[in-house]
Amino acid sequence: MLEIKDLHASINGKEILKGLSLSVKPGEIHAIMGPNGSGKSTLSSVITGNPSFEVTQGSIVFESKDLQKMAPEERANEGIFLSFQYPVEIPGVSMVNFMRTAINEQRKYRNLPPISATDFLRIMREKKALVEMDNKLTNRSVNEGFSGGEKKRNEIFQMAMLEPKLAILDETDSGLDIDALRIVANGVNKLKSPENATIVITHYQRLLEYIIPDYVHVLYDGKIVKSGGKELAMELETRGYDWIKQEVVV
Amino acid sequence: MEKQYIDLYKAHHSLIKQHAASVMNASRDASFALFEKLGFPTTKLENYKYTDLKEVLSPDYGLNFKRLDFPVDPYQAFKCDVPGIHSFLYFVVNDAFYPENNQQNVDLPKEVVICSLKEAAEKYPDLVAKYYGHLSTQKQDGLVAFNGVFAQDGFFMYVPKNVQLDRPVQLVNIMRADVDFMANAHNLIIVEEGAKAQLLVCDHTVDDVRFVSNRVTEVFVAENATYEHYKLENTHIKTTNLSTLLIDQQASSNVLGNVITLHNGLTRNNIEIALNGENCETELCGMVIADKKQQVDNFTAVLHNMPNCHSNELFKYVLDDVSKGAFTGRLYVAKDAQKTRAYQTNRNILLNRTAKIRTKPQLEIYADDVKCSHGATIGQLDEQAMFYMRSRGIPYEEARLLLMFAFTADVIDNIRIPALADRMKMLVEKRLRGELSKCEGCTICQ
Repeated sequence: MLEIKDLHASINGKEILKGLSLSVKPGEIHAIMGPNGSGKSTLSSVITGNPSFEVTQGSIVFESKDLQKMAPEERANEGIFLSFQYPVEIPGVSMVNFMRTAINEQRKYRNLPPISATDFLRIMREKKALVEMDNKLTNRSVNEGFSGGEKKRNEIFQMAMLEPKLAILDETDSGLDIDALRIVANGVNKLKSPENATIVITHYQRLLEYIIPDYVHVLYDGKIVKSGGKELAMELETRGYDWIKQEVVV
Repeated sequence: MEKQYIDLYKAHHSLIKQHAASVMNASRDASFALFEKLGFPTTKLENYKYTDLKEVLSPDYGLNFKRLDFPVDPYQAFKCDVPGIHSFLYFVVNDAFYPENNQQNVDLPKEVVICSLKEAAEKYPDLVAKYYGHLSTQKQDGLVAFNGVFAQDGFFMYVPKNVQLDRPVQLVNIMRADVDFMANAHNLIIVEEGAKAQLLVCDHTVDDVRFVSNRVTEVFVAENATYEHYKLENTHIKTTNLSTLLIDQQASSNVLGNVITLHNGLTRNNIEIALNGENCETELCGMVIADKKQQVDNFTAVLHNMPNCHSNELFKYVLDDVSKGAFTGRLYVAKDAQKTRAYQTNRNILLNRTAKIRTKPQLEIYADDVKCSHGATIGQLDEQAMFYMRSRGIPYEEARLLLMFAFTADVIDNIRIPALADRMKMLVEKRLRGELSKCEGCTICQ
């Protein structure tokens, strides 16, 4: 589904990713862990096409299509979704209008007619229930005045609405209390199917108790330096990242 | 430049007076003396620093001193951008009020007078004399003085005590001529104690010639009265729209001004609202969407002359291409105007590097127990918000549009006529999409 090979990427001339490779197949959950500044968020930005980052070398192929040739909106409509670490507030743009525009753009991309008002409202209702999102929030502007937890819940709500093939959860657990974490993780798990894949970017092992990964990768200094099963996450939790850094140096 | 008009007045003053009401003639020579002294405003004046009128005032413009009828039936010929808001609908062509034959006006309450200023001055000379020129003749402004010299007619509205109009009054100004043309309309609006009126002024142009409209509107809002003034400009690029709006607010009155420039050539809005009684509520807002070589200068003043009043001002600009915007917000709080609450915000988006905005909040506070604030920002569309929307599959152009539209939303939210707010949303969206870069059915602006 996603094939990343020898990816180098930089921001403002500073190289952050230094030869990263990753292969994700349908139905898999990959966790990407690593210390601060190792390039985790850069990876999610580059996959989704954030124009602030420049890919200098390597390839990203999604379902046999070269992502680098595609605008962020095309990537989204191909089925890639990013749950932002810091969801952006957009005053004046209502959640409803935002969501309807996104859904209809996706449908247009797939040569489908715009969604009917009743279908749209029904789906909104269903998906809100999935993440236990307050009705009031969807009547407000996008993320405006939302608490940290509400913003993260809103990300998973949008993911539920757009039904991506590949979801990237960037530090979705940060800023969440234990109840919110359970709700968010529960939402992600309910959306899981053998056809779609998830990349969970996280600092801590905590989220991985709820979303069980098939693979865990350790990102350090712009490269994946170690990969393993879910037990690797446990080991990181007890031993920290220093032993990995030392292994790399050796 | 001034000289041709000074000579013109000297040669034709009797003709001008002959075709105007005596109330208007009473102050004409004084206005002339003032104009001789002031001349047209130049960029050397602080108040006109950002809008150079020299180029637009230089050409020869025709004036219609003899009050000849222009062959046009506005009801048939022109479809305004804002139809169907169930208004009492009136037309002024250049500066001439068109006799009404409009079915939708039959329900206008009998006590309310809406007609040409000339007719009002003849029928109700005492009423008109009590108000005409009381705000404008004090102004040390060349354009206002010029209007006092050449204005012969305009729109008149009188809403007597405790009469509340439940439908808006819509005044469609159409500039229409076969040669480059100038009109100097003078409008007079009187809203008495406890009365309520909403006026929507739509400015349009129809012919492919250069127009100058130099209009003065005086509004008197008495105690406990409510007045809403909406100005929507959608004119062509050869239009110079010089508009002075002077509002006198008495105690416990409520005034809303909303000035929207959707499309234009060069526009200068002089707006002054004087709060001359206690407990006034004032809301003044506006929006500018400009591209190409358009220029819009909103020069506003809110004068808190009395205590315990509340005013709120909000102007937003979206500028593209080589357009130029200017905003001045003078907020004056007199020494005795204690417990004033006055707020002002001006926000601007420049869509590229060549568009320009000059913004100048100007607070003069002489009282010591007040709450006042001002804020001015100039920026670009939020890159992070753009990426966020695109990452949800919303294309670049659409995301841009959503952001611009969101930016203008709070100005539209200040419209208190729901049908007009809906219509305005549609017009703004069309304008931002580039579909309204010219007036409907017009081929002048490309």
